[in-house]
Amino acid sequence: MARAQTVRLEPYTAPAPNDNVKRFPPSPARPVRKVEVSRTSAWRVSLGDKALPWLLPLVLLGLWYLGVERGWLSEQVLPPPVYVYQTLSDLVTSGDLWLNASASLQRVVVGFTLGALIGIALGLAMGLSRTLEDYLLPTFNALVQIPVLGWLPFALLLFGIGETLKYVLIAKAALVPITLCTLQAFRQAPKGLLEVGRAYGFSRRQSVTSIVLPAAIPTLFTGLRLGFTKAWLSLVVVELVASSEGLGYLIVYGRQLFQLDLVMAAVVVVGALGLVIDRGFDYAEKRLNRGRPTAGGSLS
Amino acid sequence: MSAILSVGRGSRRYRGWILPIAAIAVWWLASNQGWSQSGLFVSPEKVAATAWDQMASGKFWRAISASLARNLSGFFIGTTLGLVLGCLLGLSRYFERLVGPSFNTFKQISLFAWIPLISVWFGLGDVAKVVFLSLAALVPVVVNTCDGLRNVPPNLLEVARVYGFTRWQTIIGVMLPSALPSIFTGLYLALVYSWLATIGAEYLLVSGEGIGNTLIDGSEHFMMDLVLFGMVIIGLVGWGLNALARTLERRMQRLYGIAPR
Repeated sequence: MARAQTVRLEPYTAPAPNDNVKRFPPSPARPVRKVEVSRTSAWRVSLGDKALPWLLPLVLLGLWYLGVERGWLSEQVLPPPVYVYQTLSDLVTSGDLWLNASASLQRVVVGFTLGALIGIALGLAMGLSRTLEDYLLPTFNALVQIPVLGWLPFALLLFGIGETLKYVLIAKAALVPITLCTLQAFRQAPKGLLEVGRAYGFSRRQSVTSIVLPAAIPTLFTGLRLGFTKAWLSLVVVELVASSEGLGYLIVYGRQLFQLDLVMAAVVVVGALGLVIDRGFDYAEKRLNRGRPTAGGSLS
Repeated sequence: MSAILSVGRGSRRYRGWILPIAAIAVWWLASNQGWSQSGLFVSPEKVAATAWDQMASGKFWRAISASLARNLSGFFIGTTLGLVLGCLLGLSRYFERLVGPSFNTFKQISLFAWIPLISVWFGLGDVAKVVFLSLAALVPVVVNTCDGLRNVPPNLLEVARVYGFTRWQTIIGVMLPSALPSIFTGLYLALVYSWLATIGAEYLLVSGEGIGNTLIDGSEHFMMDLVLFGMVIIGLVGWGLNALARTLERRMQRLYGIAPR
């Protein structure tokens, strides 16, 4: 606002044609020093900001190290950090990590894809037809109340301890949020835009493809993201209960041998992979939403 | 338009019952006609008989009360800690810088991956289970409390500043009421998660009694009827807790004059 005013006023005071140059008057000393001061203080603040988050992990690590060193806790209950690091690097160099991680990733990808396909199909069908929604949704909601762990014994008896069991349970975990978000995406289509479509005499197909679906994309994406998070969570559960390879299996195996360094290393890997996947989705979501007009939301 | 729709939807409510009733009918028919010889294919009557047996012998009541007691104690410990941590994270910038990134990293670790470590540190008994449950309840409460306090509309804060509110007055009078819906969401999620975690804890830290143990018993002895009974109970309790939380949430919102979500 203020800037616009100065621009408008400038031609009166300095009628030179190249007002671009005039707007940055050559008074070197003060601006330069000002910039320098603000930069150092900002740097100091950001250094403090950057250092603070490391304080707590470092203190914990220090306590952990000290605790084991001084023998406050036995190494079996709490292996020293160095062990965990060694185990982790051993896992990486021997290729075991890659083997187990790829088994886990394959399971989660197959299960998630299955769940996503079924979930989107279900959500679409219920979104398009209120009749179908009336028939299906109550049953769906009732079945959803039973968590993956509740299904596990049932599925175990039906499918045995095989890959099918893992795919089915992971797919179920991913399916729930994806179906619900797809359905919600349909139901929250901006009313204003729908009315505009009606005024233009859009057919039902046209209004679905050019109004409902574009408006639904962010919600759909949220559903997929949630679905993947759930799939990852239940992957660990399923592998903890029944598997002979995979990251969850590494955890169980380490626990059985009382090698807590292996357990911790595997937990770290599970957490890191989850973080990477989450960040990936975050990035994709931001990319997707960039430049998306918010008008759809405000019109509704 | 909407009135017509809602009337129509009300009278079409019966449609939701058709699928489950049809499924049970087909199941009953299939088991009575002997379409499947598998021992796992139990009849609805058998499941009902098992349910009756479980209730009459008192096994069910012991299991459910053990599970619920665990669930609620974990929920209360987890939410109390979660509210404290969430408020600190949401109100103090330094605390947020200090703890926030660590907490966010910690949160990424799949909840159930903690179970083996917890079992080493706390054993297989109730202590370990309650620790795990508190952990499950803690995370959503912290996240939502912190988010709620962070996302107080800036114009409200400006009004508080104009009126010369002290920091304490701003927190009590402006920030907390504005964050309340988000805090409720956190509590609500905590209740749902803690029930899920109860089953998980009973399933993975096998000892003592509980609904999860009922399920394991059924699974180990290939008793599909017991498994199905356990599943139905888990679903019902989950639904009940959900409904309870939703009613409480609405009542609180009305009490504080907040528009429902």
